[in-house]
Amino acid sequence: MLEIKNIYKTFNKGTVNEKRALNGLNLTLNDGDFCTVIGGNGAGKSTMLNAIAGVWPVDSGAILIDGKDVSPLPEHKRASYLGRVFQDPMTGTVADMEIIENLAIAARRGKKRGLSWGVKKGEKEKYRELLKEFELGLEDRMSSKVGLLSGGQRQAITLLMATIQKPKLLLLDEHTAALDPKTAAKVLELSDKIIEENNLTALMVTHNMKDAIAHGNRLIMMNDGKVILDISGEEKKKLTVEHLLQKFEQVSGSKIESDRMLLSTD
Amino acid sequence: MDAILSYFSSLNPMNFLSQLPGNIAQGIIWGLMALGVFITFKLLNFADLTVDGSFATGGAVTAVLLLNGVPIWIAVIVALIAGILAGLITGLLHTLFGIPDILSGILTQIALYSVNLNIMGKSNLPISNRNYSLVLSSLNNNMAIIIGLGFAAIVIAAMYWYFGTEQGSTIRSTGSNPAMSKAQGINISVSKVIALALSNGLVALSGSLFAQYQGFSDVNMGRGAIVIGLAAVIIGQVLGETIFRKHINFIIRLVFVIVGGILYYIAMGIVLWLKMPTDDTKLFTAVIVAIFLAVPYLQKKSKSSFKKVAKLNAKAYSKEGEKNA
Repeated sequence: MLEIKNIYKTFNKGTVNEKRALNGLNLTLNDGDFCTVIGGNGAGKSTMLNAIAGVWPVDSGAILIDGKDVSPLPEHKRASYLGRVFQDPMTGTVADMEIIENLAIAARRGKKRGLSWGVKKGEKEKYRELLKEFELGLEDRMSSKVGLLSGGQRQAITLLMATIQKPKLLLLDEHTAALDPKTAAKVLELSDKIIEENNLTALMVTHNMKDAIAHGNRLIMMNDGKVILDISGEEKKKLTVEHLLQKFEQVSGSKIESDRMLLSTD
Repeated sequence: MDAILSYFSSLNPMNFLSQLPGNIAQGIIWGLMALGVFITFKLLNFADLTVDGSFATGGAVTAVLLLNGVPIWIAVIVALIAGILAGLITGLLHTLFGIPDILSGILTQIALYSVNLNIMGKSNLPISNRNYSLVLSSLNNNMAIIIGLGFAAIVIAAMYWYFGTEQGSTIRSTGSNPAMSKAQGINISVSKVIALALSNGLVALSGSLFAQYQGFSDVNMGRGAIVIGLAAVIIGQVLGETIFRKHINFIIRLVFVIVGGILYYIAMGIVLWLKMPTDDTKLFTAVIVAIFLAVPYLQKKSKSSFKKVAKLNAKAYSKEGEKNA
């Protein structure tokens, strides 16, 4: 499904701010993998997602989606393979446009956009059904501007937009970090549901170890721009926070400093 | 005192009224130009200064083609295409070479000054209604108003349709949220170039009509066009939002851009009627635009500001002080 082969990326090369963000990163995801990603600040989690999405070109290495090398493609061309939800709820939607217009734009991801109406007749009913499943009451507000919605509602819409056109890979970049705990739980539940129902392959970055353990069938830990821990299957099911911390110490050879790691264990 | 009295007695309301149709006609023509500014300034979120140049380009192309015996409708269409090309240049400077939006507009604008001079061969070309059959002219203001409104109706209908299409939606989303647009597979460079091209095409069309209206094309006729365009857009927006409040929709917003253009020219008519020096009209325009830009901000501020909190708290503290005393 997804193959990341030996990716390197350095920011601000040749300046005092030089930062090697991805350091020979390798990762292979199988079809239907729902993989959570944890790691400290600056470990390269979001950088990895941005590299996959093509926000900027990598320095070297290859990213293959379904066997096709997408690393030479610009962001908007890769979009047809990807669904993305961002940390900032403002990023994923257009505030000045109606809910239905946002969904219609997303439904045309990867397709040619011509001179026919931006929202066609049958679409409204289709989106209404999809929104109903969210149980947020949004199905009755489809003509509201997205800017009027709360962060959680916007994130839910972004999630629907990311998956309305089934993506080959769903990228969730700390998409619940900016939400209050109750809303975050709801959005996570929705994410689980959508991924399962559509049998999606997904990468979810989180700072919350419990979430990382509770969700998905696979967990990777990143440090210093590389994957240092990869747990899946039965082992993942039995995983606990203590166990994870222990593992990290074994692998990295240093005691975990929760301050530096900025991982929340609750 | 006598001076003031004689000043007011010299103001004849009939003079103002007789000027009114001319003001309205010019307002509609400039309103078309403002619809172009609306595309870049409001939808694309791009402060495009190309318009000062492309407005004059529209006039220049029309005048030269007329002088060479080309039928007026073809001249108008070629003027529109010339404007589209001007917008294209600004768009390519911005997207291909990474030149900031305001600067790429200024570069095209300044280049167009020379281009326009080259097109016309001199700085001013008369195109009198007596010698050529024109689309509209200041010699018949009532007709000019009707034809102007016809153009406005067609342009508004076309814009309403286009920005409702799949492609038009990408321009709106690009202006509002480029990050989201890229994530949804939209090539935002293409969106920007298309929007700039359409906008300047419209501006040049307006320039063509204005040159015909005034009976000549001048290389300086676009000077300050962006500010007049902004004035129309902003006056229209403030007025439209005041009248329609939450019920305002896209088509009403477009109509009110034209209304804004008309109101601006009526205001200018009043200023001239009051016998203020014509040299000061640009100053007056700048003041109008500044006021209308400031009003929404100040309104918002009057509802909630730090000063207000300070006042409220000062009151509360002084009350507490009285109680304790």
